[in-house]
Amino acid sequence: MPAAVTQITVILLLALLACTATTIVRMRDLWAAVMLTGIFSFLGACWMLILDAPDVAFTEAAVGAGIATVLMLGTLALTSREAKPPEHFPILPIAVVVMPGAALVFGTFDMPYFGDPFAPAHSHVMPEYMSDTVPDVRQIESHPGEPQDAHSDEHSDSQRNDSQDRGAHHGVGVPNIITAVLASYRGYDTLGETVVIFTAGIGVLLLLRGRRERRDVEEDGE
Amino acid sequence: MKEILGLYNYWVVIFLMMTGFYIVIARRNLIKKVIGLSIFQISVFLLYITMGKVTGGTAPILPAKHFTTGEDFQTFSNPLPSVLILTAIVVGVATTALALALIVRIHEEYGTIEEDEILEQDREP
Repeated sequence: MPAAVTQITVILLLALLACTATTIVRMRDLWAAVMLTGIFSFLGACWMLILDAPDVAFTEAAVGAGIATVLMLGTLALTSREAKPPEHFPILPIAVVVMPGAALVFGTFDMPYFGDPFAPAHSHVMPEYMSDTVPDVRQIESHPGEPQDAHSDEHSDSQRNDSQDRGAHHGVGVPNIITAVLASYRGYDTLGETVVIFTAGIGVLLLLRGRRERRDVEEDGE
Repeated sequence: MKEILGLYNYWVVIFLMMTGFYIVIARRNLIKKVIGLSIFQISVFLLYITMGKVTGGTAPILPAKHFTTGEDFQTFSNPLPSVLILTAIVVGVATTALALALIVRIHEEYGTIEEDEILEQDREP
């Protein structure tokens, strides 16, 4: 895809994201607000796909836009569908929101620019994970086009052999590096995640089971 | 101009984040608050993912050939933010589900999901 087309698509996506978010703020019909949240989630997934994170985009589209929307619609069916209009102009919340927002924008001036290959996030552990996961990536440096003199060449050769050895020992053999890191190197994170989901599931079941029992009691009483 | 092209992604994310935050603190309806939280959450995911992008790179799946020219890609985006956020998305939905179950329970007890009405009922002896 030509760069200009991608750029226009991204600008459109970001404008749509901002519009959806501001519309959700003003929405009083909860059903529409929930559907717009699903759309917001899906637009976010589209941007993630353009940002080279297909795994996250799929998960966001399935879990964020799919399951979360269904859960919210279920809650609407059990509660109410209309929100009360706000009583007075919310001057305090606006001030509370604008101040940290301005502070965060001020903070971004020290951040690396978008797509910068020399950003700190790409320079420490990331090349190691890449080369250890798939031995074939050992030539691919995180700094493309960096000038190298003879000495550093020799140096990086020894490093390459080293990483090749480590790759042979620790290589996962999965072509998708995200999957390899997630399931192999950071397997305990996924275990912790499962514990969180399990706990949340127990919580939801306990909260909603009481509901059925109380309804049965009420029906018996009548 | 250079700043706008280099930092617009953070600014959009901050705008979305603050919109979610505003919904959480300014709206009295509990479901609206959960919606605001999930908007905030998605913005944080986007913040991480934008930091992982490398210009000219492609998704870190190997081997990567260009779909028209057939050349091998030499640059890859950072896989580590994706790994972190994959875990965070699922945990986020789990907490949302718990929050929604609590809302159902509150509605059962108080008959409303508006925060001010709930507080009013609590104040009555």
